[in-house]
Amino acid sequence: MEEILLQKPGKKIILLGNDAIVRGALESGVQFVTTYPGTPASEVGNTFFRIAKQAGVYFEFSVNEKVALEAAAGASFSGLKTMVAMKNFGLNVASDFLLPLCYSGIKGEMVILVADDPSCWSSAQSEENTRGFAHLAHIPILEPSDPQECKDFTKLAFGLSKKFKLPIIIRETTRVALQAAPVRLEEIVKGTVRGKFVKNPHQFSTMPPRVLEMKNELLEKIAKIKQFSEKSPINQIDRGPSSIQLGIVTSGVSYLYVKEALKELNINLPILKLGFFHPLPEQKIKRFIGGLKKVLIVEELEPYLEKEVERLAKTANPKLQIFGKNVVPVTGELKPEHVISAVSKLSGKKSKFNFFLNLKKFENLKPEKRFPQLCSGCPYWLTFSTIKRAAPKGTIFGGEIGCYMLAAYPPHEMQDYLFCMGSSSSIAHGIMKAVPPSGGQKVIAFVGDSSFFHAGIPALINTIYNKSNPLIIVMDNRTTAMTGQQPHPGAPVEGEEIKIENVARSLGVRHVKTLDPVNVKELEATVKEFLSKKEVSMIVVRRPCLRI
Amino acid sequence: MPEENFNIIIIGVGGQGLITLTKILAEAALSEGLDVKTSELHGLSQRGGSVETMIRFGPRVYSPLVKQGGADLVIALEMHEALRACYYASPDSKTIFLANDSIKPIPSEKPLTKNSIIKDLGRFSLKTILVPATEICQKEMNKEVLAGIYLIGFAAFKNLIPLKSSSVLRAIKKTIPEKHLELNVKAFNLAQN
Repeated sequence: MEEILLQKPGKKIILLGNDAIVRGALESGVQFVTTYPGTPASEVGNTFFRIAKQAGVYFEFSVNEKVALEAAAGASFSGLKTMVAMKNFGLNVASDFLLPLCYSGIKGEMVILVADDPSCWSSAQSEENTRGFAHLAHIPILEPSDPQECKDFTKLAFGLSKKFKLPIIIRETTRVALQAAPVRLEEIVKGTVRGKFVKNPHQFSTMPPRVLEMKNELLEKIAKIKQFSEKSPINQIDRGPSSIQLGIVTSGVSYLYVKEALKELNINLPILKLGFFHPLPEQKIKRFIGGLKKVLIVEELEPYLEKEVERLAKTANPKLQIFGKNVVPVTGELKPEHVISAVSKLSGKKSKFNFFLNLKKFENLKPEKRFPQLCSGCPYWLTFSTIKRAAPKGTIFGGEIGCYMLAAYPPHEMQDYLFCMGSSSSIAHGIMKAVPPSGGQKVIAFVGDSSFFHAGIPALINTIYNKSNPLIIVMDNRTTAMTGQQPHPGAPVEGEEIKIENVARSLGVRHVKTLDPVNVKELEATVKEFLSKKEVSMIVVRRPCLRI
Repeated sequence: MPEENFNIIIIGVGGQGLITLTKILAEAALSEGLDVKTSELHGLSQRGGSVETMIRFGPRVYSPLVKQGGADLVIALEMHEALRACYYASPDSKTIFLANDSIKPIPSEKPLTKNSIIKDLGRFSLKTILVPATEICQKEMNKEVLAGIYLIGFAAFKNLIPLKSSSVLRAIKKTIPEKHLELNVKAFNLAQN
């Protein structure tokens, strides 16, 4: 049996933050789990995929995050305890549904795990900060620091969701999601996987004018959760000596760097560690900053907490000197040394270690960068080199996220634009409409097999409906490769697969060909032929990923 | 119980099995009753690029990240990558480099030589130990990927890690799937010689 399923209360096992979330959900009696894979959230889905049967939980890889959230909502409306997991960009996709879902509220509990990736270790697109959704959607957000808190906060989130009938977000960052540490186990609770939908359009139908009442109900719930947040022990104060007039407000993984920094500098300062990002315990923050001369806000990415503290200080302590993004970076993840340097600046305490000199010495080394690349023997090597040879000079190559984004690096350098899933074909459509029809500019839009199902189909339909002629090349390696080889509708674990070429043909795409990239000559000839077509064309280049 | 935490960086290239090595050392530390934290990266960064993981253990560990210049031991599976780990190394912290004597070339106008890398590592450490782990594993077991297990075996037997070699071996048995276990144990024990 997998260690994560052990029924040994009190035993400590090492879990990744993401697996601790899974364990927390199991200990809360979760019954229905959905996800679309995305690093650094992928392990939540991967682990449920492995253990769901044994654990008696319904689990699915949905086709995208919006569908995942909607499916979980259906189960929640039918009374089941649900969890949905995704990375930050996934929440953008799901947000169209998230906002009204907060209005209606839920029936069975719902916890949404969202993982941000400061420093973009595994993310193209942007260094997105999910905290922005707190105010946009009026949704409570909890921020754990380590795996034990991942489990504890998940259980707390299920409790809050039950009490207030709202979905609750657990927001991780990479260094929490992929941080492993001992976690103390408690009892796993098993539920059933069948519920009952009881009609209640008053709650579930977001029609005006009822929708405005719903908004007020939502704001009332948030006000009540704020009172809960004021008393919650997850907004904890580590007291320092009362003579010290410098304090620190922090949350998430940054708290751990603060603790390291104080140890390094051999100094004791009061710390307010916030487990709730939204709603914030405003009275607690006011009391904390009330007696201070200076406060340092230690948070990654944008200064959301800093702005809140600035606002609260106007009444609580107008003379308070507030430090934050003027001493810690706004771009890229925090490291312990950033926090050591900031605390040192404000407290006057010096570290024994000269970080500055050591860094200068390191920077002089200038180690050569090693770019990520396609695995040795990956079928994409052949596909990209063939297409590059076949395409006339000046051909525009459109990309998306997935293993095929690696073509952006040398030796291929074939990603003239690269954005979110689904976008390569729609941007290609816009380019073909914008450039003169006889000017000779051509676009090849790359889309992955999993990405095609995620968001590529509406984009393809648009090229047909609004009549343009990019060449769409589906890089079909029969798996969701980049995130760890998850199945998708074109390559299911069992049952009938949905063939991408059949989808295209059924939509009326006239030029569709499926090719194995080892047929180099035929692929080369087809690329040349299809680029001269007056209508949209598609080549499905199919050969399985080496890792499946 | 030691007074200070012990900080390890494992660095290499995607596909060299760093995450498994990290897990093994964490399990070994937990079995000795220590607090432990690790940090790793998945997804894009695992695809043939530079990869680093961190393991910290001792009386009480807060940060999953080792601070700049704070590594006690750097286990490098490739020599260029060892150079990259100098960020975490310093003579003040008495950093030891345990480096696989193996180079995966990076396309460059001025390729680095082994000697120049060793010289640079020397400026950031107390000592550098070069071990031909890939060569040994290729010769003895026809499996390069065991080089990492060989190196943690080397570190455990030569007391470069304050963990008992028996704890590390037990952790290997717990972490590695049955079908690969025999070869991994062999690679680990080879380092005893």
